[in-house]
Amino acid sequence: MELRPRSFAGQLKADQLNSLIDALLDQGYRVIAPVKRDAAITLAEIRTSESLPQGWGDEQQPGSFRLTDRGDTEYFGFAVGAGSFKQYLFPSRRKLLDIDRHDMSMTKVEDTEKPLAFLGARACDLDAIAIQDRVFMGSDFVDPFYAKRRNECIIIAVNCHRPSSTCFCTDAGKGPECRSGFDVALTEVGVDDDHRFLVETGSEKGTALVNNLDLEATTEADDAARQEIIDRAVAAMQPALPDTDIPALLKAATESPRWESIAERCLNCANCTLSCPTCFCSGIEDVTDLDGTHAERWQTWSSCFTMDHSYIHGGSIRRIGASRYRQWLTHKMSFWVDQFGMSGCTGCGRCVTWCPVGIDIREELRGFAGDALEATTNEEATA
Amino acid sequence: MEVRTNNAPVRARPKVAVFKFASCDGCQLSLLDCEDELLAVAEAIQIAYFPEATRAVIDGPYDISLIEGSITTLHDAERIHEIRKQTKTLITIGACATAGGIQALRNYSNVNEFVNVVYAHPEYISTLRTSTPISDHVKVDFELNGCPINKAQLIELISATLNNRRPLIKAHSVCIECKSRGTTCVMVSKGEACLGPVTHAGCNALCPSYHRGCFGCYGPNETPNTASIAERFSILGLTSAEITRLFRLFTTESEAFRDESRKHANGS
Repeated sequence: MELRPRSFAGQLKADQLNSLIDALLDQGYRVIAPVKRDAAITLAEIRTSESLPQGWGDEQQPGSFRLTDRGDTEYFGFAVGAGSFKQYLFPSRRKLLDIDRHDMSMTKVEDTEKPLAFLGARACDLDAIAIQDRVFMGSDFVDPFYAKRRNECIIIAVNCHRPSSTCFCTDAGKGPECRSGFDVALTEVGVDDDHRFLVETGSEKGTALVNNLDLEATTEADDAARQEIIDRAVAAMQPALPDTDIPALLKAATESPRWESIAERCLNCANCTLSCPTCFCSGIEDVTDLDGTHAERWQTWSSCFTMDHSYIHGGSIRRIGASRYRQWLTHKMSFWVDQFGMSGCTGCGRCVTWCPVGIDIREELRGFAGDALEATTNEEATA
Repeated sequence: MEVRTNNAPVRARPKVAVFKFASCDGCQLSLLDCEDELLAVAEAIQIAYFPEATRAVIDGPYDISLIEGSITTLHDAERIHEIRKQTKTLITIGACATAGGIQALRNYSNVNEFVNVVYAHPEYISTLRTSTPISDHVKVDFELNGCPINKAQLIELISATLNNRRPLIKAHSVCIECKSRGTTCVMVSKGEACLGPVTHAGCNALCPSYHRGCFGCYGPNETPNTASIAERFSILGLTSAEITRLFRLFTTESEAFRDESRKHANGS
């Protein structure tokens, strides 16, 4: 791959990583970053670099995530963990309204969260946030809660250099290189005394942040070091998706028997949709107290794998597993393009890893492509 | 005469009865366990029959009957029909009433052998061969799952019934509760067998939040694919006997779990 000249803002010694976190905390941000929790890497609020999963890696397969003790000092030596930044911009549950019969009032619940700083976002995370920006802020109907949090947040991305076997951002998304959508992007390079982060900025907010840091100058060799990281990540990912027009492929396959065969394995558990960093469905729930004087309206995550999701007067529309899985895959990979002008998939692989029975959308898409090819071949043979 | 306060809707306090069948009492105790809401509950409803709480008895008919426990004796099989006749809205609470309870394990064995082993005078014991959910005997208006039930769901059910609205009780998987609260999947991250994907939500993913697999005590969810998850358990290394036992616990007499357990029982 051709070397592109970089303009680094400088470099930060790995043992100075806390100066970046401190700067964020000083500016009033709540810092959200990967941590090792339970038996996985997940996101949580941190106050120090000691909370980062230093030395931990991941081994991901369809339906399986295993932490690995890397035995090194890398802070970001893994792909993506459970959960995504979605849970902070679009929380699983939030109260919208308080309704009081006593004074017949309705009170909107305002967001009192501090501005968020996302540390350790990957290219696929940036891609996902851009997709949700389009969904929640990209039309005349802006979600004010999402917009507030999104506009206030700062994103410190980290270039991915150890994709897992479930990653396919080179096929489906824009990764693994962080190209846009960040305020600051870091590349973790070197070991021991040479362990450091190459720092790029992507916005004025990012520039203002790193100007407060004691950055050292980079050298010409750092361009190559950064490129090597990107190249290694690209090389680690195998071509995963069929080389065809996937939106058209799925539109032609609505009556395929393959949906039934997937449904035999699909648990309808909704893990894929809730793990997905772009799935945006929500439901509205009203609750009352016992004497009927106070009511609350809540927004909660919803999933097309539940019966409630397609419930209208008289019952649910998608009553069989095949139609529910078809809804998820065709929306994500096909109708999303019609709706928003972009695919809903970033290739992060979360739906593959966190499916308890390991249904792999890459494999299913290849299956649909194979069916289409076979049908064409048969037609030609008959003609 | 009802007093109108706070613009609250005027309504009569419904007569509520609580009946016990074969069970441990844990579910009906959930009602007494509603500490913060207990006074509000007592104000909103009239406790007409609840031996666990009060000796006072008001005769039926009842607006709401909460039924705990499963049917294990001929006497109970008759009693539930009497209660149904006296009840407008019949709600079953807990795994025993909705899915036979742990005592339904007898359904896979010969109950007379148990009786002979356990009791000094087996001749005093009169029991049915099976333990069955209430819905096998009478029409049930709403089933509240759980072993024990979640008291917040009980309050919600009472509240919804009083306010003439649909109770906000989701029939989807426990996984949605794990993901919503940020609990990492124990099956994916540890290879631990977990019934969460086929189990009815309601416990807020209690067991997975303590890093262990779901026992399925809320019974099957709305669309349980038990065959697929059983196959995964097998890939994770569980024997047929272990898979059978997983489906044969507190809600073993639910159709989905019972049928799946039978598929693996012969290979054990």
